[in-house]
Amino acid sequence: MYQTYRDLPPTPVTSQTTEDMPTGTWRTFRPVIDETKCTKCYTCWKFCPDLSMVVEDEDAYPHVDLDHCKGCGICANECAKGAISMVREEQ
Amino acid sequence: MIEVLTANYAAAIAAKLARVDVAAVYPITPQTSISEKLAEMVASGEMDAKFLLMESEHSAMSALIGASYVGARTFTATSSHGLALMHEVLMWASGVRRPIVMPVAARTIGGPWNIWGEHMDVITERDVGWMQFFCENNQEVLDTVLMAYRVAEDPSVMLPAMVVEDGFILSHTVDKVDVPTQEQVDRYLPRFEPEPVVDLDAPRRFGGLVMPDWWTEFRYRIAQDMEGAKNRIVEAEREFERVFGRSYGGLVERYRCDDADAVLVAAGSAAGTAKEVADRMRDDGKKVGVAKLRVFRPFPSEEIASLSTVPMIGVFDRSYTFGDGGAMFNEVRSALHGSDNLIKDYVLGLGGRDVTVRNMEWIFEDMLRVAREGVDRKVEWVGLRDGTGRW
Repeated sequence: MYQTYRDLPPTPVTSQTTEDMPTGTWRTFRPVIDETKCTKCYTCWKFCPDLSMVVEDEDAYPHVDLDHCKGCGICANECAKGAISMVREEQ
Repeated sequence: MIEVLTANYAAAIAAKLARVDVAAVYPITPQTSISEKLAEMVASGEMDAKFLLMESEHSAMSALIGASYVGARTFTATSSHGLALMHEVLMWASGVRRPIVMPVAARTIGGPWNIWGEHMDVITERDVGWMQFFCENNQEVLDTVLMAYRVAEDPSVMLPAMVVEDGFILSHTVDKVDVPTQEQVDRYLPRFEPEPVVDLDAPRRFGGLVMPDWWTEFRYRIAQDMEGAKNRIVEAEREFERVFGRSYGGLVERYRCDDADAVLVAAGSAAGTAKEVADRMRDDGKKVGVAKLRVFRPFPSEEIASLSTVPMIGVFDRSYTFGDGGAMFNEVRSALHGSDNLIKDYVLGLGGRDVTVRNMEWIFEDMLRVAREGVDRKVEWVGLRDGTGRW
């Protein structure tokens, strides 16, 4: 570990990535995708600022990484088909 | 090869010669022709770079931080409100140690609207952890962009740099510029190879949260490296002279300062006017000199302190910061603290008003008078329409 300022890296950097930061606990509303309306245009995937809209394979429906989704609602706002609704977390 | 160029074109050509990888820009007067020239050179294939036209200056600076993190040499240019809009991202760039180089065609900040030259935009950003180089002419703009990369990317520095060219006075005025060859520049400027870089195979988190237990140490590192940059700047210029045969006198160029009764500290294009007038006055037996402030951040305290034997020091401020005198005046006064010099602030050249030979003659005469009679007032607004008829 670092002992003095001399040991610091030039730019603040950690080996731990944001994968290990469970920001999903910040959420008040959860995005829920209605696959009957989803056309797999992936606009939600493109707009998600936290990379929490996950598309596993080409031609798959997107799904939400709930460990990291903060519930901002941008995906629901951008979805042209109205396929994403924001549902209040029950606890 | 000698070409006839504006400072804006000289800056854009310097970016090309520096083999910039990524340029992200948003147009604003009087910087716009830097962006236009870059766009033209990239479109024609003359310059091999990624050119990003952004939706704001805030975004342009943000994009460059990301690009720099993957190891790209990065460039943008701005002015005035554009620089002000970058403010918080400028602090990010220095705080995460990205050596971005950015010419600033210095201009007023409104309101009311005024698109012309002064130093207010740059002076406002003196505290954001960027190096600030002031240029006297178009040749110096081209040369300083190259030197700025060499200093900024030095592993012991790793801080961004602004290269200041006076709006319109340099940005839109053509002058003779000796454009170096690509081979010369390649010899001078090594490839940018930062460590660490973003690597998809070894993911890490950059610029994350630094807690109170280490924040002070990160700030101290920047403070220390900014101080160390002074020596790097002098070395970079020495090497520049070796390759290109030109130099500019280090952090502060002392022009006819030895044995002077009065010396004017001046940054930017007006330093050239001051030198010309100092020559004429020397011909008349008046012992005046000019200390051209080439670098404002890091501040060359020792070079300014070496003027302590000059009886009278005037400071040219091309902006006003509403403090205890202007910003350059206060830095110079602080560096001279404890010496016996008389010192006075001269504010002029605001909002595009010319700094004329007559202005400079008046300032030097006033400084010689102050040297004899003492300081009459701390701040002189030169040329102010105050109804006294003394201008």
